[in-house]
Amino acid sequence: MTQQEALFQYCLRRGDDTLLLAQRLGEWCGHGPQLEEDIALTNIALDLIGQSRNYLTYAGEVEGKGRDEDHLAYHRNERQFVNVKLAEQPNGDYAHVIARCFLYDAYHLPLQEALAKSADAQLAAIAGKAVKEVTYHLRHSSEWLIRMGDGTEESHQRAQKAIDELWTYTGELFATDEVDAILVKAGIAPDMAAIKAQWDIKVNAVLQEATLTRPADGFMATGGRQGKHTEYLGFMLAELQYMQRAFPGAQW
Amino acid sequence: MVMIAAVITEERVRELLQNVKDPEVPAISVLELGVVRNVEVKDDSVLVTITPTYTGCPAMDVMRQDIEKELHDAGITNVRVQQVLSPAWTTDWITTEGKAKLLAYGIAPPEHTTDIRALKGELPVVECPLCGSKNTGMISLFGSTACKALWKCNACLEPFDQFKCL
Repeated sequence: MTQQEALFQYCLRRGDDTLLLAQRLGEWCGHGPQLEEDIALTNIALDLIGQSRNYLTYAGEVEGKGRDEDHLAYHRNERQFVNVKLAEQPNGDYAHVIARCFLYDAYHLPLQEALAKSADAQLAAIAGKAVKEVTYHLRHSSEWLIRMGDGTEESHQRAQKAIDELWTYTGELFATDEVDAILVKAGIAPDMAAIKAQWDIKVNAVLQEATLTRPADGFMATGGRQGKHTEYLGFMLAELQYMQRAFPGAQW
Repeated sequence: MVMIAAVITEERVRELLQNVKDPEVPAISVLELGVVRNVEVKDDSVLVTITPTYTGCPAMDVMRQDIEKELHDAGITNVRVQQVLSPAWTTDWITTEGKAKLLAYGIAPPEHTTDIRALKGELPVVECPLCGSKNTGMISLFGSTACKALWKCNACLEPFDQFKCL
Protein backbone atom coordinates (compact mmCIF):
# COMPACT_ATOMS: atom_id res chain seq x y z
CA MET A 1 0.00 0.00 0.00
CA THR A 2 1.38 3.40 -0.96
CA GLN A 3 1.15 6.45 1.29
CA GLN A 4 -1.34 7.98 -1.13
CA GLU A 5 -3.62 4.92 -0.90
CA ALA A 6 -3.33 4.97 2.89
CA LEU A 7 -4.22 8.66 3.04
CA PHE A 8 -7.24 8.10 0.79
CA GLN A 9 -8.51 5.33 3.10
CA TYR A 10 -7.81 7.40 6.19
CA CYS A 11 -9.85 10.37 4.88
CA LEU A 12 -12.63 8.03 3.79
CA ARG A 13 -12.85 6.56 7.32
CA ARG A 14 -13.14 10.03 8.89
CA GLY A 15 -15.66 11.11 6.26
CA ASP A 16 -17.81 7.99 6.62
CA ASP A 17 -17.90 8.09 10.43
CA THR A 18 -19.13 11.67 10.46
CA LEU A 19 -21.55 11.19 7.55
CA LEU A 20 -23.34 8.24 9.16
CA LEU A 21 -23.44 9.82 12.62
CA ALA A 22 -24.89 12.98 11.09
CA GLN A 23 -27.52 10.94 9.27
CA ARG A 24 -28.53 9.23 12.53
CA LEU A 25 -28.74 12.56 14.38
CA GLY A 26 -30.70 14.06 11.50
CA GLU A 27 -33.37 11.40 12.08
CA TRP A 28 -34.18 13.29 15.28
CA CYS A 29 -35.11 16.44 13.41
CA GLY A 30 -38.62 17.31 14.56
CA HIS A 31 -38.65 14.47 17.11
CA GLY A 32 -36.42 15.79 19.92
CA PRO A 33 -37.66 15.33 23.49
CA GLN A 34 -37.64 19.12 23.83
CA LEU A 35 -37.14 21.93 21.34
CA GLU A 36 -33.65 22.82 22.58
CA GLU A 37 -32.45 19.26 22.11
CA ASP A 38 -34.05 18.97 18.72
CA ILE A 39 -32.05 22.01 17.68
CA ALA A 40 -28.88 20.83 19.41
CA LEU A 41 -28.83 17.43 17.68
CA THR A 42 -29.45 18.88 14.25
CA ASN A 43 -26.80 21.55 14.82
CA ILE A 44 -24.33 18.83 15.74
CA ALA A 45 -25.40 16.86 12.67
CA LEU A 46 -24.72 19.94 10.54
CA ASP A 47 -21.20 20.28 11.95
CA LEU A 48 -20.56 16.60 11.25
CA ILE A 49 -21.85 16.82 7.68
CA GLY A 50 -19.56 19.80 7.11
CA GLN A 51 -16.60 17.82 8.41
CA SER A 52 -17.62 14.82 6.30
CA ARG A 53 -17.77 17.00 3.17
CA ASN A 54 -14.23 18.24 3.84
CA TYR A 55 -12.86 14.74 4.42
CA LEU A 56 -14.62 13.17 1.44
CA THR A 57 -13.63 16.04 -0.86
CA TYR A 58 -10.03 15.62 0.21
CA ALA A 59 -10.26 11.82 -0.13
CA GLY A 60 -11.39 12.33 -3.74
CA GLU A 61 -8.51 14.72 -4.43
CA VAL A 62 -5.96 12.34 -2.91
CA GLU A 63 -7.34 9.43 -4.92
CA GLY A 64 -7.11 11.48 -8.12
CA LYS A 65 -9.77 9.58 -10.06
CA GLY A 66 -12.20 12.46 -10.32
CA ARG A 67 -14.57 11.36 -7.55
CA ASP A 68 -16.00 14.27 -5.55
CA GLU A 69 -17.75 14.35 -2.16
CA ASP A 70 -21.17 13.57 -3.65
CA HIS A 71 -19.87 10.68 -5.70
CA LEU A 72 -18.22 9.14 -2.64
CA ALA A 73 -21.25 9.69 -0.39
CA TYR A 74 -23.96 8.60 -2.83
CA HIS A 75 -22.41 6.10 -5.21
CA ARG A 76 -20.68 3.60 -2.96
CA ASN A 77 -22.25 0.38 -1.73
CA GLU A 78 -22.48 -0.85 1.83
CA ARG A 79 -19.29 -2.92 1.56
CA GLN A 80 -17.39 0.14 0.38
CA PHE A 81 -18.23 2.20 3.47
CA VAL A 82 -15.48 2.15 6.09
CA ASN A 83 -17.14 3.79 9.12
CA VAL A 84 -17.01 2.23 12.58
CA LYS A 85 -20.11 0.21 13.48
CA LEU A 86 -20.81 2.56 16.40
CA ALA A 87 -21.73 5.33 13.94
CA GLU A 88 -24.49 3.32 12.24
CA GLN A 89 -26.19 2.00 15.40
CA PRO A 90 -29.88 2.91 15.53
CA ASN A 91 -31.04 5.75 17.73
CA GLY A 92 -33.10 3.84 20.27
CA ASP A 93 -34.20 5.97 23.22
CA TYR A 94 -32.62 9.29 24.11
CA ALA A 95 -30.16 7.67 26.50
CA HIS A 96 -28.85 5.62 23.56
CA VAL A 97 -28.44 8.69 21.40
CA ILE A 98 -26.54 10.55 24.10
CA ALA A 99 -24.42 7.51 25.00
CA ARG A 100 -23.48 6.94 21.33
CA CYS A 101 -22.63 10.64 20.94
CA PHE A 102 -20.57 10.65 24.12
CA LEU A 103 -18.55 7.50 23.35
CA TYR A 104 -17.78 8.90 19.89
CA ASP A 105 -17.18 12.55 20.93
CA ALA A 106 -14.70 11.46 23.62
CA TYR A 107 -12.71 9.75 20.82
CA HIS A 108 -13.37 12.41 18.18
CA LEU A 109 -11.97 15.37 20.14
CA PRO A 110 -8.49 14.03 20.99
CA LEU A 111 -8.25 12.58 17.45
CA GLN A 112 -9.02 15.93 15.83
CA GLU A 113 -6.70 17.74 18.24
CA ALA A 114 -3.89 15.42 17.17
CA LEU A 115 -4.78 15.72 13.48
CA ALA A 116 -4.66 19.51 13.76
CA LYS A 117 -0.87 18.98 14.14
CA SER A 118 -0.65 16.57 11.19
CA ALA A 119 2.25 16.80 8.75
CA ASP A 120 -0.41 16.88 6.02
CA ALA A 121 -1.46 20.52 5.70
CA GLN A 122 -5.00 19.85 4.45
CA LEU A 123 -5.77 17.32 7.20
CA ALA A 124 -4.42 19.81 9.73
CA ALA A 125 -6.65 22.56 8.30
CA ILE A 126 -9.79 20.39 8.36
CA ALA A 127 -9.09 19.19 11.90
CA GLY A 128 -8.14 22.68 13.10
CA LYS A 129 -11.69 23.80 12.38
CA ALA A 130 -13.34 20.60 13.57
CA VAL A 131 -11.65 20.78 17.00
CA LYS A 132 -13.62 23.89 17.93
CA GLU A 133 -16.94 22.30 16.96
CA VAL A 134 -16.27 18.92 18.53
CA THR A 135 -15.37 20.63 21.83
CA TYR A 136 -19.00 21.79 22.00
CA HIS A 137 -20.30 18.34 21.00
CA LEU A 138 -18.40 16.61 23.80
CA ARG A 139 -19.57 19.19 26.33
CA HIS A 140 -23.17 18.63 25.24
CA SER A 141 -23.08 14.82 25.38
CA SER A 142 -21.11 14.76 28.66
CA GLU A 143 -23.57 17.08 30.40
CA TRP A 144 -26.56 15.03 29.28
CA LEU A 145 -25.00 11.70 30.23
CA ILE A 146 -24.29 13.09 33.70
CA ARG A 147 -27.80 14.48 33.98
CA MET A 148 -29.38 11.16 33.03
CA GLY A 149 -26.97 8.91 34.94
CA ASP A 150 -27.21 10.99 38.09
CA GLY A 151 -30.91 11.66 37.59
CA THR A 152 -33.92 9.53 38.42
CA GLU A 153 -33.89 5.78 38.88
CA GLU A 154 -35.44 5.39 35.43
CA SER A 155 -32.99 7.70 33.64
CA HIS A 156 -30.04 6.09 35.44
CA GLN A 157 -31.16 2.63 34.41
CA ARG A 158 -31.63 3.64 30.79
CA ALA A 159 -28.26 5.42 30.62
CA GLN A 160 -26.49 2.39 32.08
CA LYS A 161 -28.26 0.06 29.65
CA ALA A 162 -27.23 2.26 26.71
CA ILE A 163 -23.58 2.35 27.78
CA ASP A 164 -23.61 -1.43 28.34
CA GLU A 165 -25.13 -2.15 24.93
CA LEU A 166 -22.87 0.21 22.99
CA TRP A 167 -19.65 -0.73 24.78
CA THR A 168 -18.97 -3.62 22.39
CA TYR A 169 -18.64 -1.08 19.56
CA THR A 170 -15.96 1.04 21.22
CA GLY A 171 -13.00 -1.30 20.62
CA GLU A 172 -13.13 -0.64 16.90
CA LEU A 173 -12.48 3.08 17.41
CA PHE A 174 -8.90 2.32 18.36
CA ALA A 175 -8.17 -0.63 16.07
CA THR A 176 -5.27 0.05 13.71
CA ASP A 177 -4.01 -1.54 10.52
CA GLU A 178 -1.58 -0.88 7.68
CA VAL A 179 -3.31 2.43 6.86
CA ASP A 180 -2.54 3.83 10.31
CA ALA A 181 0.96 2.35 10.42
CA ILE A 182 2.01 4.04 7.16
CA LEU A 183 0.56 7.42 8.16
CA VAL A 184 1.86 7.36 11.75
CA LYS A 185 5.33 6.77 10.34
CA ALA A 186 4.95 9.78 8.07
CA GLY A 187 3.73 12.02 10.92
CA ILE A 188 0.34 12.38 9.23
CA ALA A 189 -1.82 10.38 11.66
CA PRO A 190 -1.51 10.07 15.44
CA ASP A 191 -0.69 6.94 17.42
CA MET A 192 -4.07 5.53 18.46
CA ALA A 193 -2.71 4.28 21.79
CA ALA A 194 -2.32 7.90 22.87
CA ILE A 195 -5.87 8.72 21.75
CA LYS A 196 -7.17 5.67 23.66
CA ALA A 197 -5.43 6.89 26.83
CA GLN A 198 -7.18 10.27 26.57
CA TRP A 199 -10.50 8.59 25.81
CA ASP A 200 -10.13 6.41 28.93
CA ILE A 201 -9.52 9.43 31.16
CA LYS A 202 -12.55 11.32 29.85
CA VAL A 203 -14.88 8.31 29.81
CA ASN A 204 -13.91 7.28 33.35
CA ALA A 205 -14.37 10.81 34.69
CA VAL A 206 -17.79 11.35 33.10
CA LEU A 207 -19.09 7.87 33.97
CA GLN A 208 -18.03 8.41 37.56
CA GLU A 209 -19.76 11.78 37.79
CA ALA A 210 -22.82 10.23 36.16
CA THR A 211 -22.74 7.44 38.81
CA LEU A 212 -22.57 4.91 35.95
CA THR A 213 -20.47 1.76 35.89
CA ARG A 214 -17.84 1.26 33.22
CA PRO A 215 -18.53 -2.10 31.56
CA ALA A 216 -15.77 -4.68 31.44
CA ASP A 217 -14.03 -5.01 28.06
CA GLY A 218 -15.50 -8.20 26.61
CA PHE A 219 -16.13 -9.10 23.00
CA MET A 220 -15.48 -6.14 20.74
CA ALA A 221 -17.15 -5.83 17.35
CA THR A 222 -14.81 -5.34 14.38
CA GLY A 223 -15.06 -5.16 10.60
CA GLY A 224 -16.50 -1.70 9.92
CA ARG A 225 -13.18 -0.34 8.62
CA GLN A 226 -13.04 -3.32 6.23
CA GLY A 227 -16.58 -2.69 4.97
CA LYS A 228 -18.28 -5.40 7.03
CA HIS A 229 -21.21 -3.77 8.73
CA THR A 230 -24.20 -4.46 10.94
CA GLU A 231 -27.55 -4.96 9.23
CA TYR A 232 -28.48 -1.33 9.88
CA LEU A 233 -26.17 0.34 7.36
CA GLY A 234 -27.98 -0.90 4.25
CA PHE A 235 -31.26 0.64 5.39
CA MET A 236 -29.53 3.93 6.17
CA LEU A 237 -27.94 4.07 2.74
CA ALA A 238 -31.25 3.24 1.09
CA GLU A 239 -32.60 6.48 2.50
CA LEU A 240 -29.42 8.56 2.27
CA GLN A 241 -28.68 7.62 -1.34
CA TYR A 242 -32.21 7.29 -2.69
CA MET A 243 -32.22 10.37 -4.91
CA GLN A 244 -28.86 9.70 -6.57
CA ARG A 245 -29.73 6.03 -7.07
CA ALA A 246 -33.08 6.86 -8.67
CA PHE A 247 -31.72 9.76 -10.75
CA PRO A 248 -27.95 9.24 -11.10
CA GLY A 249 -26.07 12.52 -11.40
CA ALA A 250 -29.13 14.66 -10.64
CA GLN A 251 -28.25 18.23 -9.69
CA TRP A 252 -30.28 21.15 -8.44
CA MET B 1 -20.09 51.12 -26.37
CA VAL B 2 -18.66 49.41 -23.32
CA MET B 3 -17.26 51.71 -20.71
CA ILE B 4 -15.17 50.79 -17.75
CA ALA B 5 -16.53 53.00 -15.03
CA ALA B 6 -13.46 53.32 -12.85
CA VAL B 7 -10.25 51.62 -12.00
CA ILE B 8 -10.94 48.76 -9.59
CA THR B 9 -9.10 49.14 -6.32
CA GLU B 10 -9.03 46.99 -3.21
CA GLU B 11 -10.61 49.89 -1.33
CA ARG B 12 -13.53 50.00 -3.76
CA VAL B 13 -14.05 46.22 -3.46
CA ARG B 14 -14.05 46.45 0.32
CA GLU B 15 -16.60 49.26 0.15
CA LEU B 16 -18.86 47.00 -1.90
CA LEU B 17 -18.29 44.02 0.41
CA GLN B 18 -19.61 46.16 3.25
CA ASN B 19 -23.01 45.82 1.50
CA VAL B 20 -22.89 42.01 1.60
CA LYS B 21 -24.57 40.87 4.80
CA ASP B 22 -24.42 37.58 6.67
CA PRO B 23 -27.66 35.95 5.41
CA GLU B 24 -28.37 34.50 8.86
CA VAL B 25 -27.46 37.63 10.82
CA PRO B 26 -28.26 40.41 8.33
CA ALA B 27 -27.18 43.07 10.84
CA ILE B 28 -23.50 42.67 10.01
CA SER B 29 -21.47 42.47 6.82
CA VAL B 30 -19.12 39.70 5.74
CA LEU B 31 -16.25 42.08 6.53
CA GLU B 32 -17.46 42.78 10.06
CA LEU B 33 -18.01 39.05 10.59
CA GLY B 34 -14.36 38.45 9.71
CA VAL B 35 -14.97 35.81 7.05
CA VAL B 36 -13.27 37.84 4.30
CA ARG B 37 -9.61 36.97 4.71
CA ASN B 38 -8.15 38.66 1.65
CA VAL B 39 -9.02 40.82 -1.33
CA GLU B 40 -6.66 40.71 -4.28
CA VAL B 41 -7.09 43.00 -7.27
CA LYS B 42 -5.08 42.36 -10.42
CA ASP B 43 -5.94 44.63 -13.35
CA ASP B 44 -9.66 43.96 -13.90
CA SER B 45 -9.89 40.70 -11.92
CA VAL B 46 -10.79 40.34 -8.27
CA LEU B 47 -10.03 37.39 -6.01
CA VAL B 48 -11.89 37.34 -2.69
CA THR B 49 -10.78 34.77 -0.12
CA ILE B 50 -13.34 33.73 2.50
CA THR B 51 -13.26 31.24 5.36
CA PRO B 52 -16.27 29.43 6.86
CA THR B 53 -17.39 30.24 10.39
CA TYR B 54 -18.52 26.67 11.05
CA THR B 55 -17.48 23.74 8.84
CA GLY B 56 -21.08 22.95 7.96
CA CYS B 57 -22.33 26.52 7.82
CA PRO B 58 -25.04 26.56 5.11
CA ALA B 59 -24.65 30.33 4.74
CA MET B 60 -21.25 30.01 3.04
CA ASP B 61 -22.65 29.24 -0.42
CA VAL B 62 -25.08 32.15 -0.10
CA MET B 63 -22.28 34.51 0.97
CA ARG B 64 -20.21 33.44 -2.02
CA GLN B 65 -23.12 34.11 -4.41
CA ASP B 66 -23.95 37.43 -2.73
CA ILE B 67 -20.34 38.59 -3.00
CA GLU B 68 -20.25 37.69 -6.70
CA LYS B 69 -23.57 39.41 -7.33
CA GLU B 70 -22.61 42.59 -5.46
CA LEU B 71 -19.38 42.94 -7.43
CA HIS B 72 -21.02 42.01 -10.75
CA ASP B 73 -23.73 44.61 -10.18
CA ALA B 74 -21.02 47.22 -9.64
CA GLY B 75 -19.58 46.38 -13.05
CA ILE B 76 -16.78 44.11 -11.92
CA THR B 77 -17.21 41.01 -14.08
CA ASN B 78 -14.03 39.07 -13.43
CA VAL B 79 -14.68 37.87 -9.88
CA ARG B 80 -13.49 34.71 -8.16
CA VAL B 81 -14.40 33.75 -4.60
CA GLN B 82 -12.24 31.04 -3.04
CA GLN B 83 -12.66 29.33 0.30
CA VAL B 84 -9.83 28.47 2.70
CA LEU B 85 -10.03 26.49 5.96
CA SER B 86 -6.81 27.58 7.61
CA PRO B 87 -6.27 29.54 9.78
CA ALA B 88 -9.59 28.53 11.33
CA TRP B 89 -12.08 31.35 11.84
CA THR B 90 -12.48 32.67 15.37
CA THR B 91 -15.08 34.97 16.88
CA ASP B 92 -12.16 37.26 17.78
CA TRP B 93 -12.20 38.30 14.11
CA ILE B 94 -15.63 39.90 14.45
CA THR B 95 -14.82 43.62 14.41
CA THR B 96 -15.67 46.00 17.24
CA GLU B 97 -18.30 47.63 15.01
CA GLY B 98 -19.61 44.16 14.19
CA LYS B 99 -19.99 43.31 17.87
CA ALA B 100 -21.81 46.59 18.54
CA LYS B 101 -24.18 45.86 15.65
CA LEU B 102 -24.87 42.35 16.94
CA LEU B 103 -25.79 43.79 20.32
CA ALA B 104 -28.08 46.40 18.76
CA TYR B 105 -29.69 43.59 16.72
CA GLY B 106 -30.49 41.71 19.95
CA ILE B 107 -27.68 39.11 19.84
CA ALA B 108 -25.20 39.06 22.70
CA PRO B 109 -21.71 39.24 21.13
CA PRO B 110 -19.10 36.53 21.93
CA GLU B 111 -16.58 37.01 24.70
CA HIS B 112 -12.91 37.07 23.72
CA THR B 113 -11.33 33.61 23.39
CA THR B 114 -8.59 34.65 25.79
CA ASP B 115 -11.23 35.21 28.48
CA ILE B 116 -10.01 33.21 31.47
CA ARG B 117 -13.43 31.55 31.77
CA ALA B 118 -13.18 30.15 28.27
CA LEU B 119 -9.91 28.49 29.25
CA LYS B 120 -11.49 26.90 32.29
CA GLY B 121 -14.55 25.83 30.32
CA GLU B 122 -16.83 27.91 32.53
CA LEU B 123 -19.81 29.86 31.28
CA PRO B 124 -19.17 33.51 30.45
CA VAL B 125 -21.09 36.36 32.07
CA VAL B 126 -23.42 37.46 29.31
CA GLU B 127 -25.32 40.72 29.45
CA CYS B 128 -28.90 40.66 28.24
CA PRO B 129 -28.90 42.54 24.90
CA LEU B 130 -32.39 43.83 25.68
CA CYS B 131 -32.22 45.18 29.24
CA GLY B 132 -28.48 44.99 30.02
CA SER B 133 -28.87 42.80 33.10
CA LYS B 134 -26.06 40.40 33.97
CA ASN B 135 -28.55 38.10 35.68
CA THR B 136 -28.76 35.67 32.76
CA GLY B 137 -28.50 31.93 32.24
CA MET B 138 -27.82 29.56 29.36
CA ILE B 139 -30.72 27.39 28.21
CA SER B 140 -28.94 25.45 25.48
CA LEU B 141 -25.45 25.34 23.95
CA PHE B 142 -27.11 25.22 20.55
CA GLY B 143 -29.37 27.98 19.26
CA SER B 144 -31.14 29.08 16.09
CA THR B 145 -27.99 28.68 13.98
CA ALA B 146 -24.72 26.76 14.43
CA CYS B 147 -22.93 29.87 15.68
CA LYS B 148 -25.35 30.76 18.46
CA ALA B 149 -26.34 29.53 21.93
CA LEU B 150 -29.72 30.13 23.53
CA TRP B 151 -29.86 32.21 26.72
CA LYS B 152 -32.54 33.76 28.88
CA CYS B 153 -32.59 36.87 31.00
CA ASN B 154 -33.75 36.39 34.58
CA ALA B 155 -34.45 40.11 34.94
CA CYS B 156 -36.64 40.89 31.92
CA LEU B 157 -37.51 37.21 31.32
CA GLU B 158 -36.79 37.44 27.58
CA PRO B 159 -34.90 34.67 25.76
CA PHE B 160 -32.04 35.79 23.51
CA ASP B 161 -29.30 34.47 21.23
CA GLN B 162 -25.64 34.64 22.12
CA PHE B 163 -22.91 34.40 19.48
CA LYS B 164 -20.85 31.45 20.74
CA CYS B 165 -17.18 31.98 21.41
CA LEU B 166 -15.21 29.92 18.89
